Amino acid sequence: MPEGKGRKSPGAKVRPIRVLIAKPGLDGHDRGAKVVARALRDAGMEVIYAGLRQTPEDIVAAAMEEDVDIIGLSILSGAHNVLVPRVLELLKERRAIDVQVFAGGIIPDEDAARLRKLGVKAIFGPGASLETIIQTARDLAAKRVARV
Amino acid sequence: MAAGPVAQRILQGDRRALARLISDVEEGREEAREVLRELYPRTGKAPVVGISGPLGVGKSSLINQLIQQLRTAGKKVGVIAVDPSSPFSGGAVLGDRIRIERDPDDPGVFFRSMASRGHAGGLSQSTRDAVRLLEAFGMDVVLVETVGSGQVDVEIHDIATTRVVVVVPHLGDEVQTLKAGLFEIADVFVVNKCELPGADLAARDLKELATLAVPRDGWVPRVVLTSTVERKGIGELWSAVREHESAVHEGGGSSEVLRERAEREVRGLLQEKVEQLLQEELLEDPAWARLLDRLMDKEVDPYTAADRAFQELKRRL
Ligand SMILES: Nc1nc2c(ncn2[C@@H]2O[C@H](COP(=O)(O)OP(=O)(O)OP(=O)(O)O)[C@@H](O)[C@H]2O)c(=O)[nH]1
Ligand SMILES: [Mg+2]
Repeated sequence: MPEGKGRKSPGAKVRPIRVLIAKPGLDGHDRGAKVVARALRDAGMEVIYAGLRQTPEDIVAAAMEEDVDIIGLSILSGAHNVLVPRVLELLKERRAIDVQVFAGGIIPDEDAARLRKLGVKAIFGPGASLETIIQTARDLAAKRVARV
Repeated sequence: MAAGPVAQRILQGDRRALARLISDVEEGREEAREVLRELYPRTGKAPVVGISGPLGVGKSSLINQLIQQLRTAGKKVGVIAVDPSSPFSGGAVLGDRIRIERDPDDPGVFFRSMASRGHAGGLSQSTRDAVRLLEAFGMDVVLVETVGSGQVDVEIHDIATTRVVVVVPHLGDEVQTLKAGLFEIADVFVVNKCELPGADLAARDLKELATLAVPRDGWVPRVVLTSTVERKGIGELWSAVREHESAVHEGGGSSEVLRERAEREVRGLLQEKVEQLLQEELLEDPAWARLLDRLMDKEVDPYTAADRAFQELKRRL
């Protein structure tokens, strides 16, 4: 039961998985990110859609305020080698490493390996199926460590 | 009541603690109620401004500019943006943040998106509780965005001290349906996108209707024209809100708006308890299943069944 977390009071409601979808960098369109956002919604998740041209600072501030389980970054600009590590660094600084990060977009294999090492939990290429993304999101939310 | 550790963290401005406590409130956790009890004395002073209206009229864009205006004036701003959950999947896409341009490191702003999660009454309570947490956290003003006329998802009336309803020129049928109950639901009307043709006409229409409203706390609804693209009218909007706030708070304990709101909250909480009592005392008892069996066999009619169950409940109390 990946959706439920922790103790509940009588009459308490199950908390849906919360995901922040953001598109850092300067490139212009967010069609892919929107498709993923809708697919996660249809799988029962609450998706906070932060939109285009987000700085890593914007993204981490939003993730903290929204108390999300997962951040999904959509990247096409090739700037992933700077932007993604910065997001991870900021999460560490704010002691929010329990928030799981995945990335999607055009990311060469050697970069993907490096990002994984830095702490990105999953990386999806342009061909990844929505089912795979949904299942990964569920697994990651289940893994999010207990509240500190 | 002395503040426990979680309440302390809220009072000390711990953003993470606040974010998590709002999640706990949304989940209906008992521990969150305890913290709210402790923080309650620190709440009730900040203006709570509901911004509602049909899809796409510019609610979030207005909130964006209100945040900027209030920050410039040194006021801290909390925002809660409520959107409906999908009735099919229970999920939601919450996109109001897209319109917000702000310094992510500014501690004077806290923006939280909430999904309705399919509980009309429960949503009012969790939104109200989240508003209280933002105020206890130190926010001087709390803005609450909801879609619809203000009666669809959240009863904004239950939460806000000032209710702003946003429309746009040429809304056509939507304004017609809004008009029916319009004056029970708004203290300030905004005609946004006022750079578009037809805005003056819409404003005149609304002003005429406003003269027919029954004043509450001596207040007659105001009409303000705004354009977020031309950055017009935001100052006027905030002045109207402030004047309404003074009208409400002037009366102190005798304010009709505040008293009605307070009563609705306690009634809601009481109903929650009655529902729980019903569940524990009757619905979980084997006698309840037997009563249903007899109803199915037509040995008893539903009116009598309800009467008997009610007598039994009273006997147990
Ligand atoms: N022409 C014009 N467009 C505006 C104005 N204010 C907002 N918009 C546009 O209206 C659209 C919707 O704006 P939002 O601020 O997202 O509206 P909203 O009411 O929050 O929308 P929902 O939350 O989806 O119901 C956007 O494309 C805005 O750019 C305005 O004053 N004039
Ligand atoms: Mg909006």
